[in-house]
Amino acid sequence: MSEFVLLSEAVEAVMSDGDAVAMEGFTHLIPHAAGHEVIRQGRRDLTLIRMTPDIIYDQLIGMGCAARLVFSWGGNPGVGSLHRFRDAVERDWPIPLEIEEHSHAAMANAYDAGAAGLPFAVFRGYRGAELAQVNPAIKSITCPYTEEKLACVPSIRADVAVVHAQKANARGDVLFEGIVGVQKEAVLGAKRSIVTVEEIVDEFEGTGPNAVILPHWTVGYIAVVPGGAHPSYAHGYYTRDNGFYKMWDEVSRDRDSFRAWIKQHVLEGGPQDFARHAAAA
Amino acid sequence: MRQRPEGERTMSDYSAQEMMSVTAARALRNDDVCFVGIGLPSEAANLARLTHAPGLTLIYESGTLGTQPSVLPLSIGDGELCETALTTVSVPEMFRYWLQGGRITVGFLGAAQIDRFGNINTTVVGEYGDPKVRLPGGGGAPEIATSCGEIFIVMRQSKRGFVDKIDFVTSLGHGTGAGDRERLGVTTRGPTRLMSDLCIMTSDPETKEFVVTSIHPGITAEQIVENTGWTVRFALDVEETPRPTKAELAALRDLKARTEAAHRVPQTGEAAE
Repeated sequence: MSEFVLLSEAVEAVMSDGDAVAMEGFTHLIPHAAGHEVIRQGRRDLTLIRMTPDIIYDQLIGMGCAARLVFSWGGNPGVGSLHRFRDAVERDWPIPLEIEEHSHAAMANAYDAGAAGLPFAVFRGYRGAELAQVNPAIKSITCPYTEEKLACVPSIRADVAVVHAQKANARGDVLFEGIVGVQKEAVLGAKRSIVTVEEIVDEFEGTGPNAVILPHWTVGYIAVVPGGAHPSYAHGYYTRDNGFYKMWDEVSRDRDSFRAWIKQHVLEGGPQDFARHAAAA
Repeated sequence: MRQRPEGERTMSDYSAQEMMSVTAARALRNDDVCFVGIGLPSEAANLARLTHAPGLTLIYESGTLGTQPSVLPLSIGDGELCETALTTVSVPEMFRYWLQGGRITVGFLGAAQIDRFGNINTTVVGEYGDPKVRLPGGGGAPEIATSCGEIFIVMRQSKRGFVDKIDFVTSLGHGTGAGDRERLGVTTRGPTRLMSDLCIMTSDPETKEFVVTSIHPGITAEQIVENTGWTVRFALDVEETPRPTKAELAALRDLKARTEAAHRVPQTGEAAE
């Protein structure tokens, strides 16, 4: 049953050191404000799960919040490297980062299986791909009907799913629009969840009968954080800040400039700082 | 490393980069359904849609089906892709129904490293467990490479990228040669064409090795040899690639100018604070 709280209260309530956390949003609706809150609260030893680690996990990894990363594409989309991710993998800075690496198809299937309550996902994949040799979680299974050999991976059932959405209604149902990624699957597969939203409305209006909605009885905590997906975007509210992604390449390249940026914009900031991104649209 | 400065490849009225994108775009047909990688493949696929292939269906892994962006996306999930799409599906549906389901005729990919059989590395330079350079990884590519009807590749040609042996097989091409895909249970054609800034290579029907079949105007066979890390073979009847037409160049330059204007600066100036 969903409950409206402050973002800080939500993170405090559901996330502990050592948890497996899936902060999802495929390029769109990435819960950046929630990521900042996790850094401020100093969570440690997390297993971070996300198809595209993106800037949100670059920040958490660079601040030493993660012991382990489960992912399928670790770049700065359209720009290049995630420098904090690379520094952790290549040079153990600030702490060593264990990785469990997959393909997108594997993770998408694993989230789907998690939402479906299955122990693993089966799909036609990883054929001739070397990841299957370096990631022991990737196994194969023989179809009992056709004897086709198929790939399988464990389902993703995080301790905590964290996502951002456009709207919640007064009852606490949550509406997603646009590129919906794996958010629904991540929340349904997780034990606990936090949803940040752009706004609360009395009733959803103008949605079609097939709108992507998580009912209030599937959602944990909801926090209203306008602009909370910046520098990614919220369809219908504000656009992707592509310039920020390019700027991050410079800021994150150097350990000191990264830490200075985090100090100023995260440690000394708060969720309210994101509102100007929504207002700028 | 590249053997000659970029300037020597620049024609009077178009660049080597433009030659590559135009050549890559021409490979797509009007009735193709194309799974588009970000970067050079996206540029080529959209140029094709804006020139000779208006019926081309573009699909990006973020879930956008039949998208018609007016500017090139910086990421695989820019809002422009969703706003101009016929429909947008979830990412599990994209990979399960549309890619694995066999609905895509062409996968268009780029690469950090490629070998003569079209095997692609986008994962690491050096050892996986102790990488010299950690690259972003596979993303959608491992299954794009085996589930699409065929694979086109576009990338700049250099000894660093076109290597004798790739450090990691992120995505399967033809493995070690003819018959490997079939042995792995893969029924699709795999890499058939590679478009670079120097030439077009096509996969030899017998050996599956990439063979130079067309050389871009003003480029010599020696330049291609110097920028390829394996002993490169040339077809018996190598053609000269047709120059970009005025219409192709105009469409490409318009597209790039619109894109540049759209992606210029941080919206909030946070970096400058």
